[in-house]
Amino acid sequence: MRYSNYTYIIIMAAITYAIRVLPLTLIRKPIKSVFIRSFLHYVPYVTLAVMTFPAILTATQSPIAGGAALLVGILAAWLGASLFRVSVVCCAVVFIAELIFIR
Amino acid sequence: MLTTSRKQELANTDVFREGIRDGIPIGLGYLAVSFSLGIAARNAGLTPFQGFLASFLTNASAGEYACFTLIAASANLIELLLVTLIANGRYILMSCSLSQKFSEETPFYHRFFVGYYITDELFSIAIARKGALNPYYTYGAVLLAAPGWAFGTYLGVIAGNLLPFRIVSALSVALYGMFLAVIIPPARKDKIIAVLVIVSFLLSYIAAYSQIFAGISSGTKTIILTLLISSVAAIIKPVREKTVEE
Repeated sequence: MRYSNYTYIIIMAAITYAIRVLPLTLIRKPIKSVFIRSFLHYVPYVTLAVMTFPAILTATQSPIAGGAALLVGILAAWLGASLFRVSVVCCAVVFIAELIFIR
Repeated sequence: MLTTSRKQELANTDVFREGIRDGIPIGLGYLAVSFSLGIAARNAGLTPFQGFLASFLTNASAGEYACFTLIAASANLIELLLVTLIANGRYILMSCSLSQKFSEETPFYHRFFVGYYITDELFSIAIARKGALNPYYTYGAVLLAAPGWAFGTYLGVIAGNLLPFRIVSALSVALYGMFLAVIIPPARKDKIIAVLVIVSFLLSYIAAYSQIFAGISSGTKTIILTLLISSVAAIIKPVREKTVEE
């Protein structure tokens, strides 16, 4: 079954708001379970890593360009570039690589 | 002599201005990054207004991106619910952390507004403040960050149609660049996170191309891999010390 785009958007927004506001309003004390704390600590890194690779290879016209953006992006972030700069550097790498590899 | 409440008002105004100041680079960054989110929204068949609305209401990069891929795949709503929960799981932790940052004197209703805009960047500047969080600081930062995010998405949906393919292709990786900027610096400081990132890359690659996972959507793969890898890491390397902050 195909739902309206608005259905998806409203549900996404409602769940995201609930995620953000429920702990803030309900939990007043630190979480005690070491497992849950640790799990939540690792989740962001794992999710973002899983979503980045290998998807970045197919986001561009040429997988070589995506791969180059991944390597340069990792290097830039490693060297302490800001979020904005890492993004711009990745875009520039793809643009240049595709000028070379795609005619 | 100023009354206490008048003093408080003046302090709030100053803090609000500081928030605006710190929100400028974030807003500019959001404008650029959410542009590529708009391209993803366009690919999923959203109108410019729908892209704007999604970003204005949700304020989440990975979560929105995941949702757009689900819309493109006409996914069912259970899948949407699970993916939204997983992609935004880190906000649970940030929200827990911020709840400790509120003074008891701050009126309770502020939590409902501050909670609306817990993002990686807003969270990190809020947690970096000394002492209790004055909610007016967050409101000041949101004043530029929120329009940057929403209008960037709007422009991405519109201009994604007009721009040459080279530009679109280049901007499509902006979001991944942002993800790297979030995961790589902590990986440099913490070997466990570095290992996790590498393991996540490897397993994600295997999941994407192996026959075993052939019938499963990318959103579901993200859920399975995140639950699996994070749980194993939490069992093998539990975080003992109080490191709630990112």
